[in-house]
Amino acid sequence: MDEARWIGTTLAAARPQALAALLRYFRDLDLAEEAYQEACLRALRTWPQNGPPRDAAAWLVFVGRNVALDSVRRRAKQTELPPDDLISDTGDAEAEIAERLDGADYRDDVLRLLFICCHPDLPATQQIALALRIVSGLSVKQIARAFLVGEAAMEQRITRAKARIGRADVPFESPGAVERAARLGAVAAMIYLVFNEGYSAAGDTSGAREPLCEEAIRLARLLLRLFPAEPEIMGLAALMLLQHARAGTRFDADGAPVLLDQQDRSLWNRPMIAEGLALLDKAMRHRRPGPYQVQAAIAALHARAPTPEETDWAQIDLLYGTLEIMQPSPVVTLNRAVAVAKLRGPEAALAMVEPLGDRLAGYFHYHGLRGALLMQLGRTREARDGFMTAIGLAGTAAEAAHIRSHLDGLRDAP
Amino acid sequence: MFYALLCYHQEDVVCAWTKEEDEAVMRKLAVVQERLAREGRLGPVARLLPTTAATTLRKDQDPPLVLDGPFAETKEQLLGFYLLDCADLEEALGIARELGAANPGGSYEIRPVGLFVDGGARP
Repeated sequence: MDEARWIGTTLAAARPQALAALLRYFRDLDLAEEAYQEACLRALRTWPQNGPPRDAAAWLVFVGRNVALDSVRRRAKQTELPPDDLISDTGDAEAEIAERLDGADYRDDVLRLLFICCHPDLPATQQIALALRIVSGLSVKQIARAFLVGEAAMEQRITRAKARIGRADVPFESPGAVERAARLGAVAAMIYLVFNEGYSAAGDTSGAREPLCEEAIRLARLLLRLFPAEPEIMGLAALMLLQHARAGTRFDADGAPVLLDQQDRSLWNRPMIAEGLALLDKAMRHRRPGPYQVQAAIAALHARAPTPEETDWAQIDLLYGTLEIMQPSPVVTLNRAVAVAKLRGPEAALAMVEPLGDRLAGYFHYHGLRGALLMQLGRTREARDGFMTAIGLAGTAAEAAHIRSHLDGLRDAP
Repeated sequence: MFYALLCYHQEDVVCAWTKEEDEAVMRKLAVVQERLAREGRLGPVARLLPTTAATTLRKDQDPPLVLDGPFAETKEQLLGFYLLDCADLEEALGIARELGAANPGGSYEIRPVGLFVDGGARP
């Protein structure tokens, strides 16, 4: 890796911590971002000559703070800025800030930075865009690409989201235990949104969106380093790692989705699975189960099965049962029905699926699964109707093509 | 003499590498490792999963206390290690410099090994 790339990576790694501290200092997101940008420009100029500082984040906070204060003063007095090399020689002051960054404040700073992106007034897509822009520091162009929209549209979306959180009051005092837990929950949900934005991509766009999954995993690890004993954060990280481990096998060369039982398990990412299983192990020791841990446990049972036939469907059925109690949702029941179909056959699964019709009438996967169960039961005409409805609701060409292959199978049937 | 080469680096920096950057570093390291293996100087090599996957057992109390996370909060974290068969420290430092050129940033701690038991288990 050459020097410029190394500096780039160091700046990217220091960003959440540095920006979070600047936000606490200035209590204004725009000013904090401006100060951070300016500090990065100076880092690019001075680090190649002076060598990287011992603590990049502390350096950026110190320089960013001074530069911003200087620019405020300059606007007032029109005085000259000191030369760069004076600013870069921060000496003891840098060490002092480093000490403070290592303290307890810092983890609440980063949590606050993540938390302001989860403002409940913001729609999910804006939360994700804002987190990627502010916390991860992705460019508007990169985010626009991941969302498959134009750069101008994304710029506008982010500006609007920022204006909205600018009007909201974010409390800057250290949160109490209850408030901290609430923030952690909101941030975990936002990180999982970022992940799903990447994970739910169709085959033809999965390449552009995969970085979202990686970014979400990086944010979860960051959160876990700050709050190492939170079982649900471990569960969230494990869930994303176990799902993302299959990324390379979820689509075929033409971009069509490959179902779980048809994926080449030898191509699943083993280190990611190992990390996911290790985190889940750690989480379960706490005996404080939650929805992320349960979902991670389900993903772990798939990851542990050497072949699809060896999947422990009984355990998966039980885990979905637990999830239904923790987080009741027709989609969870629909997923449970897949396990039930494997365990007790299509009839039992269909009995579970039918009552969901009202709430999932517009849901592609409902009609897809219902059609497949009817097909297994030999109720061909009803199956065909189900598949036709599914095709009408398919979000991508590949989804529609997958259902069409079922229809072709029905036509061949006697 | 056997030496342990303990690899320390800022984990958040390493985690910020793109997949391509990570693969490029691993490829360069593999070149050095393959040569060392041919020369019979390479013992076990391990890359550790992130410290977020770590658990610590504090056994200075009874019963021992299980804690989530690595043993200590440090600026740079232990991310992996090599065991090397070298004639002397100079030789070990030479290898460390070579590996360091393939994987810049962070530090290697070169530590002579007192006892080595090859239990035979393999991942």
